[in-house]
Amino acid sequence: MTFEQFIFYILATMAALSGLMVISVKNPVKAALWLVLTFVSTAGIWLIAQAEFLGLVLILVYVGAVMVLFLFVVMMLDINVATIKEGFTRYYPLGVLTALAIFALIYLVVGPNRFGLEQVVPPVMDGNVSNTLSIAVPLYTTHVYAFILAAVLLLVGIVAAITLTLRRRSPETVLYQNIDKQVKVRAADRFRMVKMDAVKKEADINEEEKD
Amino acid sequence: MNFVIPSFLPAIPEIALLTLTSIILVADTIWSKRHEFATYYATQFALFIVGMLLLSNFATEQTLTFSGSFVRDSFGDILKLFIILISMGIFMFSREYLLQAKFYRGEFFTLGLFGILGMLVMVSAHNFIILYLGLEIMSLAIYTLVAMRKSNGKALEASLKYFVLGALATGMLLYGISMLYGATATIQFDEMAKVIASGSADDVVLSFGVVFVVIGLAFKLGTVPFHMWVPDVYEGAPTAVTLYMGTAAKIAAFAMLYRVLVEALPGLVADWQALIIIITILSLIVGAVITLVQENLKRLLAYSGIAHIGFLLLGMIAANPGGYSAAMIYVIVYAITALAAFGMIIALARTSSEFDMIADFKGMNKRNSWLALMMLFVMFSMAGIPPFIGFYAKVLVIEEVVQAGFTWLAILAVVTAVISAFYYLRVVKVMYFDEPDDSTPIEPVSRQLKWAVSFISALLLILGLMPSSLITLCYNSLA
Repeated sequence: MTFEQFIFYILATMAALSGLMVISVKNPVKAALWLVLTFVSTAGIWLIAQAEFLGLVLILVYVGAVMVLFLFVVMMLDINVATIKEGFTRYYPLGVLTALAIFALIYLVVGPNRFGLEQVVPPVMDGNVSNTLSIAVPLYTTHVYAFILAAVLLLVGIVAAITLTLRRRSPETVLYQNIDKQVKVRAADRFRMVKMDAVKKEADINEEEKD
Repeated sequence: MNFVIPSFLPAIPEIALLTLTSIILVADTIWSKRHEFATYYATQFALFIVGMLLLSNFATEQTLTFSGSFVRDSFGDILKLFIILISMGIFMFSREYLLQAKFYRGEFFTLGLFGILGMLVMVSAHNFIILYLGLEIMSLAIYTLVAMRKSNGKALEASLKYFVLGALATGMLLYGISMLYGATATIQFDEMAKVIASGSADDVVLSFGVVFVVIGLAFKLGTVPFHMWVPDVYEGAPTAVTLYMGTAAKIAAFAMLYRVLVEALPGLVADWQALIIIITILSLIVGAVITLVQENLKRLLAYSGIAHIGFLLLGMIAANPGGYSAAMIYVIVYAITALAAFGMIIALARTSSEFDMIADFKGMNKRNSWLALMMLFVMFSMAGIPPFIGFYAKVLVIEEVVQAGFTWLAILAVVTAVISAFYYLRVVKVMYFDEPDDSTPIEPVSRQLKWAVSFISALLLILGLMPSSLITLCYNSLA
């Protein structure tokens, strides 16, 4: 076993175990933290596979931004863990059986006898390949259509999220700014001159005195 | 680095749709306060423009662009045109429904347009990434549309079910795609077909991938045994959204099926044919038998939709261009018929009642004999009674599957068609021979809808009397 393989196995075990913890721990905040560990170990595997850019982006974007945001959301929500886990124990045996069957199938097909290092020899790269360049150039040239569509997908996601969470209040309860009205307003609409005598009439003064 | 700017010309309809949708998305926030229906009219206008663009340079031969990730051919153009036409109908019905249900909002139309963009992308996809992205754009829009009526518990339940199961299905699909990529080292459909034909790919990995891909596709089409979500979502969703999912989205799902199985995996025909035969048998039987006990018309149409998809798959089993054309005709005819059926429910729905129970149609003939006649057209076409177009669609797929040597499947299909005729005719019987509980005349919510429903239902008869143009159109596109 080479040193690289040794590191790979450590990282892979870490990723698998922390992935298992994500779905088995009770506290959602802890689950999110385990997910961070999964991401970090996966990033390490990518680094070994010479995909430095992807590895770093995974840490910067997912660990640094997405998961932090996610943690905030999870901490703010008051999730009742017991009710979520209710159905879990009931279907537990069935779930484990299904998972084992699928795992066995996948192992038979994707296992070492088909995708092992002896069968799939990793390509020999010279040291001058820029990882960022070899991702960026196809992304903006051959795969530009997919790139734009992914952007559209994100836009739909934003529209969907806003549609589902926006609560429109009626104009009576919220004071909206009506710019048209504000521009069109004239002094006469805001300020009314009232004609009045400078002093009170004598008759009024006499009446007050009587009181 | 020699990169040639790809030709944008074949993708002009999609580009126009995206541009117009984005404009409407922004404009809606401004004009929706003053002009209630501006977004609706803009939506119809956008669809009209896209339809005209499609017609103006209708594809006669296959063109690839964007480095082979986009394909424009007459198969795609016909399906896109029908998606656009049916969507115009969907939005027309939806507006009235949303007004009646009191949740008219501009976002419904913008999300609907995004969904249609996703459908067009799926129809024109020529590699797996594009296919996946188109599918996700469409699905995300539909999940949101289902959940839009937040006060309705049933709609929320339907949305959540649809979302979770849909995510699972896309997971399956993606896993299958990754296996196919692992075996062939390409994601482009025609290149994958070449690699498989050359025999250099690993057979076991390929068939493993095919199983997952077929499961994912079957899920999206709503076939047995992956149909559990269909009745609940159809019933729970607002009728306008059911209309959207049950018509235009079905055409897109068929296009996806065709592109993947026929264009990318023709070399594995034996593998996917066997899987589809199982799915078809189950869909035909479940679709025919469970529908017998349904009392809710939307649920009935959901289960009957499963049976119809079973019929469509018969054409795919034939595995030759004739069979695919028959399936293509079937999906178009089904979409038009479903549009008429759900449109009828919407036209009669009021704020007070959804009008979606079979009992609601009791004595329809006495309350409004014209609409009862139109509903009779729809039900006869669904049951496949001549001279309606549904009959020809069924005849064509059965003929193709018999010619391909699956006579026993054809017999099964005919038997289930006879069983399913029972529940379609039951609706007719309820309308014509039962006494109404409430004999006051009933009119559609607006005159426009009355005309629309009448037009689409009459179309079923007209197409049935003159089916040759539609049939030659579809057969030529795949010949």
